[in-house]
Amino acid sequence: MTASNLISIQLNGENRSFDGPLSLLMLVEKLGLNPAKVAIERNREIVPRSILADVQCADGDNLEIVHFVGGG
Amino acid sequence: MMMDSWSVAGRTFNSRLIVGTGKYKDFEQNAAALEASGAQIVTVAVRRVNVSDPNAPMLTDYIDPKKITYLPNTAGCFTGDEAIRTLRLAREAGGWDLVKLEVLGEAKTLYPDMRETLKATEVLAKEGFLPMVYCADDPIAAKQLEDAGAVAIMPLGAPIGSGLGLQNKVMIRLIVEGAKVPVLVDAGVGTASDASVAMELGCDGVLMNTAIAEAKDPVMMAGAMKLAVQSGRAAYLAGRMGRRQYADPSSPLAGLI
Repeated sequence: MTASNLISIQLNGENRSFDGPLSLLMLVEKLGLNPAKVAIERNREIVPRSILADVQCADGDNLEIVHFVGGG
Repeated sequence: MMMDSWSVAGRTFNSRLIVGTGKYKDFEQNAAALEASGAQIVTVAVRRVNVSDPNAPMLTDYIDPKKITYLPNTAGCFTGDEAIRTLRLAREAGGWDLVKLEVLGEAKTLYPDMRETLKATEVLAKEGFLPMVYCADDPIAAKQLEDAGAVAIMPLGAPIGSGLGLQNKVMIRLIVEGAKVPVLVDAGVGTASDASVAMELGCDGVLMNTAIAEAKDPVMMAGAMKLAVQSGRAAYLAGRMGRRQYADPSSPLAGLI
């Protein structure tokens, strides 16, 4: 691994670093999440679930991963 | 009780009670209360996944979205843009276009900001959403929402979480009379009689969370709410007697000894 492979992103408001290259699908799986149960916003744009494998995380990305929780 | 269904945006439901999924002790209690309520729709919120504990229990493990319609809400949003962003994510997370829009004006009253709500309703309708809209008890605003594409009008009965019961029966009735889309009282119900009052006014349904979740026995209260909604609806359909200013005896006056 070289330093240039390290990707620093904002994930749900936290600074995180991962080894690249890394698709959004790989990221979700690395986090232990079920891709069918979450929605992802990358730099304020929704990424459709169908293309998670095709979208690569880039250094400086701002990602939001959300799901449904109890609410009124 | 006869079969008495209602429809919103082409989807038909037998239960006129919609329940929230917040404030419960745990998911088990939430699921048991839902079962007792007979509700077919639950409101849910959209929040960040806890990325440090992905194995934490999730709502979808306890309430099956294939059996119960999840109605994503925008609780906690104070601008139309935040609400729209939230519902776009909700649609991606669940694939639903039937959503509940609420844009709050301030934390103290959680009263809706109707200017932002109306703008967001227009945008959502253009994007293909089917927004059920939390709103003020204002018959004019209700018509404007309907014109903007709201598929249901959901006026508050009292402030969210207050349990004060319907404070505005006249306005709720006027909204019901003027609406071409379903009207559901959303917020303010505290106990079973409040739910009955909403249904007796002709509302198509009632949405509640705290009244069940904060009852001493939430599962029993959920059952009470189910009956209250059914009896209020039946009373509305039966047509109540007229009101009199003075007494009128029920036994005949003729033949008195």
